Amino acid sequence: MNIDAALTDRFVERAGARGLVDVAVTSMDSPIGTLLLMATPKGLVRIAFEDENRDDVLGEVAEQLSPRILEAPRRLDPVRRELDRYFAGRLRDFEVPIDWSLTREFARKVLRRTSKIPYGSVASYKDVAVGVGTPGGARAVGNALGSNPIPVVVPCHRVVLTGGAIGGYGGGLPRKRWLLALEGR
Amino acid sequence: MAHTRAGSAVWYAVSTVKPTALPPFQSVFDDHAHAVLTFLTGAVGSSEAEDCFQETMLSALRAYPRLGDASNLRGWLFTIARRKAIDAHRARARRPTPVADPDPGSALDTHPSTEEGLWDGVRGLPSKQRKAVVLRFAGDRSYPEIAAAMSTTQDSARQSVHEGLKKLRRELR
Repeated sequence: MNIDAALTDRFVERAGARGLVDVAVTSMDSPIGTLLLMATPKGLVRIAFEDENRDDVLGEVAEQLSPRILEAPRRLDPVRRELDRYFAGRLRDFEVPIDWSLTREFARKVLRRTSKIPYGSVASYKDVAVGVGTPGGARAVGNALGSNPIPVVVPCHRVVLTGGAIGGYGGGLPRKRWLLALEGR
Repeated sequence: MAHTRAGSAVWYAVSTVKPTALPPFQSVFDDHAHAVLTFLTGAVGSSEAEDCFQETMLSALRAYPRLGDASNLRGWLFTIARRKAIDAHRARARRPTPVADPDPGSALDTHPSTEEGLWDGVRGLPSKQRKAVVLRFAGDRSYPEIAAAMSTTQDSARQSVHEGLKKLRRELR
């Protein structure tokens, strides 16, 4: 049974003012389905597509970062605004701060590198492998991209196979095709 | 409905399961906010219930990452709620003397307590009210389920919960 929404809002507001919300959550509609957004005070930490189970995603973040997770839509307003503009074709570069806490070593290196691929261009797995100093590591790069906790904003969809074939995507190939088409590819 | 014939077993079962991972606080809030608010409305009255509710949930959120065991989250929340209710009654008794914020440290329980707090009061209730209150708030049973477990009518189950809460509230005064 639910309680009065205003009561819940006041609780979330007070919790935020006292620094007790370690991870804020909300969801938003998008052309590629509902997105679950999560941010820490450091920045955007996780985006999940709707095919991922919401409870599983929240449970993993609770375990890896903090169980102080609350629905706090306002905290994610800047992220939502940028995503809306991106999906409308009016934003090329995301400016919201990123919290890389859910990534480790090699994957973090790969994803940071990937976030430098400009809007509308693509790089091959091999390019990224060379870029992080492991020229033979294209397959490991693929795995790291598959573990991307912040798809769309960290644009792993811009990594394709040498020769131009589309490669793989954690969120499913239709989404990757849609995002590349949005960016004019 | 497996639990409906074993009212008190619900309570013992929740205190013996092994430690589980802490769920996101949002789901703790979603699952128990209504029961906590209902309890506090009974304990301190509707005009002070919201403040007590906010204090309870903020204390809980503050202590949550240090909670060792997620197997009895409802009992843990109710322990905090009862202390906030007592604070509110003391504050009311002391008025108009200004009252300091309750010391968060004293209100926090890092382990769900079954030996003290709320359940002391509940144990002191007459058996019918005790069973009904425990089924309602520890077991999270609906009134039809409580009625079935106690072989009585829904009205009577509702009455027992109501009387039990009223008695707890008087005891807190």
